[in-house]
Amino acid sequence: MKRLRFAGLHWLLLGSLALLVSCAPPPSELIVYSARNETLIQPIIDKYTAETGQKVQLITDDAGPLIQRLNAEGKNSPADLLITVDAGVLWHAAQLGVLRSIESPVLDANIPEHLRDPRKRWFGLTVRARTIVYSTERVKPEELDTYESLTNEKWRGRLCLRTSKSVYNQSLVAMLIAQHGEEKTEQIVRGWVANLATPAFANDTLLMQAIAAGQCDVGIVNTYYFGRLQRDQPDLPLKLFWPDQNGQGTHVNISGAGVTAHAPRAEQAQKFLEWLSQPQAQALFASLDLEYPASPSAKAVDQVAGWGEFKQSPLNVAQAGELQPAAVRLMDRAGYL
Amino acid sequence: MSAIGRADLPVRSAGTQSQWQGTLLAATLCLPALLPLLVIATALISPETSVWSHLAQHVLPDVVANTVKLVIGVALIAGTLGTSLAWFTTMYDFPGRRWLEWALLLPLAIPAYVLAFVAIGFLDYAGPLQTALRSVFGSSAWFPPIRSTGGAILVLSLALYPYVYLLARSAFLTQGRRVLEVAQTLGHTRRAAIWRVSLPMAKPWIAGGVALVCMETLADFGAVSIFNYNTFTTAIYRAWFGMFSVHAALELSAVLLIFVFVALYLERRSRSGLRFANSRDMTREPPRFALSGPARWLTAGYALVVFLLAFFLPLLQLIWWTIQRAAQDLDARYWEFAMHSIVLAASASLVIVAASLTLAYLLRRPHTRFVKAAVRTATLGYAVPGTVLAVGILFPLVIVNNTLQDAMRVVWGSSAPVILLQSTLLAVLLAYMARFLAVGFNPVESGLERVTHSIDEAAVGMGVSGARLVRKVHVPLLKTSLTTAAILVFVDVMKEMPITLITRPFGWDTLAVRVFNMTSIGEWERAALPALAIVLVGLVPAAMLVRGNRHVA
Repeated sequence: MKRLRFAGLHWLLLGSLALLVSCAPPPSELIVYSARNETLIQPIIDKYTAETGQKVQLITDDAGPLIQRLNAEGKNSPADLLITVDAGVLWHAAQLGVLRSIESPVLDANIPEHLRDPRKRWFGLTVRARTIVYSTERVKPEELDTYESLTNEKWRGRLCLRTSKSVYNQSLVAMLIAQHGEEKTEQIVRGWVANLATPAFANDTLLMQAIAAGQCDVGIVNTYYFGRLQRDQPDLPLKLFWPDQNGQGTHVNISGAGVTAHAPRAEQAQKFLEWLSQPQAQALFASLDLEYPASPSAKAVDQVAGWGEFKQSPLNVAQAGELQPAAVRLMDRAGYL
Repeated sequence: MSAIGRADLPVRSAGTQSQWQGTLLAATLCLPALLPLLVIATALISPETSVWSHLAQHVLPDVVANTVKLVIGVALIAGTLGTSLAWFTTMYDFPGRRWLEWALLLPLAIPAYVLAFVAIGFLDYAGPLQTALRSVFGSSAWFPPIRSTGGAILVLSLALYPYVYLLARSAFLTQGRRVLEVAQTLGHTRRAAIWRVSLPMAKPWIAGGVALVCMETLADFGAVSIFNYNTFTTAIYRAWFGMFSVHAALELSAVLLIFVFVALYLERRSRSGLRFANSRDMTREPPRFALSGPARWLTAGYALVVFLLAFFLPLLQLIWWTIQRAAQDLDARYWEFAMHSIVLAASASLVIVAASLTLAYLLRRPHTRFVKAAVRTATLGYAVPGTVLAVGILFPLVIVNNTLQDAMRVVWGSSAPVILLQSTLLAVLLAYMARFLAVGFNPVESGLERVTHSIDEAAVGMGVSGARLVRKVHVPLLKTSLTTAAILVFVDVMKEMPITLITRPFGWDTLAVRVFNMTSIGEWERAALPALAIVLVGLVPAAMLVRGNRHVA
């Protein structure tokens, strides 16, 4: 045993050294932590590199672990920029202090006020609406109205929802709280649950397939999921409806980014962020996942534009984060799984 | 021949020096698992009461009941499937036995969440089966819903039974058919002999396999979230990502760990003191038992159905999706992804099997309570939800890194080189060790129970001792167990996502990272390509394993 162990120790030390050598990140490259998917971001990074010569390293993971990592790494973090989906997540990152506020006339001009942090620590880059989808075979658009109208008895056994574990539903309910207060929102959520045709689905695509197959007639989904399904099956008997057009407006969420608190290359990170907010980059960025550009002067792709104009809820998306824990508890109480 | 009974072997006296070395070694090897567990445990010191009262009232009752149902259901079904299939394929001959013997291992390469997604896509209301049923009968309302407790149990059982199959097979192979023959000559019927001799003798293996299945079920997030089935794991994620309370998430993880610890302790106690020994004489191994006509076909049919459901049909679905949706994603980078996966999985299995062997030996020698506790702790990481463990590992790594970095800045000033310990191959391997030690340890420990102290004594009598004893005598005897352990770790690492994601060095994307990239945006069909690649790369070791054991079978 003894000899065996010492021989092993040598190898272990040698091996560890070899394993450590591969670690140093190249100092001139911009390092981006991204919870937005690699396939939806790499093309725009490639374009940026081609235009400016700035190289960018991407580390992708879920938002939760990435933010914890940034937080733990503190002032030794190699990351310059955090990119993620969902306003609530960005709010949470800012709350933990891993993002810095930046003064940029370019960003202020390009990104509308309700799509960025009031304290300028993060900026929305693309917009998606969480809206109503319905079966064109069994529902007339005149029957639809607001999110809360889905609690109406006529939808009993006809509504499909995605799980309340989805951050998009958590943000939607948080924004409903911002609009109506907790008490009324809880009634709305209870009303939805009472109308469910089948237990909540794990994702929007399964939900829309269930509507198409006739298991239910209406649901609530993100626009780009509808877009992807429509792209694959153009004759899908489903359509989008923009709720609350005579009231507050349709709930929107963002994907966005912020420069990290201890960014070693903060200046370059800000330049990249500003570049991303310009109309040309905005159009490309949004087109990658059939989203709306955050900048009003950039255009959405034809397929997306074809769903029609709609009024966005003007509430600042930061509230989605602030009220998200309350929203989750509310959904727990209402039995929305 | 074989002896089952209370341990009556003389305890050899051990020098204090070797005792100390053992203690040190055990402490070092359990460190990667211990540190994240400590991170989790510290959360219990200052409970976050407001979140807890909410959880206790609205979340925990359901979650605890669901988790218990799921674990018991999966343990029973996966245990039964794995043990019975291992029994049939090692003891009997039936049509297709030769290829089913290894084919039944293949589901190991299909991640549980992939199987779950395929099952729901195929069997839910909008899926092709129910659509066809509706077009024939007008309604499919009588069809049992797949998104249900039963559905989740079934899918996880089909995904996880290979752990039990592999370990039970290893037990039955090393125990040999002669045992049954002897029991029969002693007046037992075949059936009685199975229940009274063969199964009890295989108990450590079966229990080891079922323990792995239970831990994997408790830690599973991917599959249950596709079913939207709420378990402890989903509650942990909800507290973390939904309520932004890392603290509550860690607390829930700690509670989960206490359950696991108690369960493992009880399982250990139930078999402590038992010794299982057997020396095989392979030259005189009797032929496989013959089965009567109908029984042959029934057995073959049963094995075939399991194979079809757990592997072949999901594989067809993956191939179909790849052709339809993902073929354009295939490019030269896939060689790189596959290479990264293989390098990580192979080096992890090497390190983990070596560590498992060391720990198993420490337990085999006379040992202190401390060593025993250290070994048990080292294998707990398998029951912790992946993302929680990943973050738990990251914290200590980052602390070490930042301390070193600060020290270097003190010495070299601003020209100090920048280090990033948390994204190095070393970090990945340490993290895998924290997670997968149980997977390597359980088969090795069971295998070592077959090597009796009398074998050691005989060897020592012939002048073979120390490292040579291990190399010349034990390793050949342990070959089946060691290969089993290596393959299990290899395939598990290939499928692993959260740890790989958070600790991989820059540019080190693997096949599993590709799967994550697709599934995290809900593009399941496009995830079929990397998933298929994992299956293909996982097939090679599975085939190797069975070929390696052929001579025994």
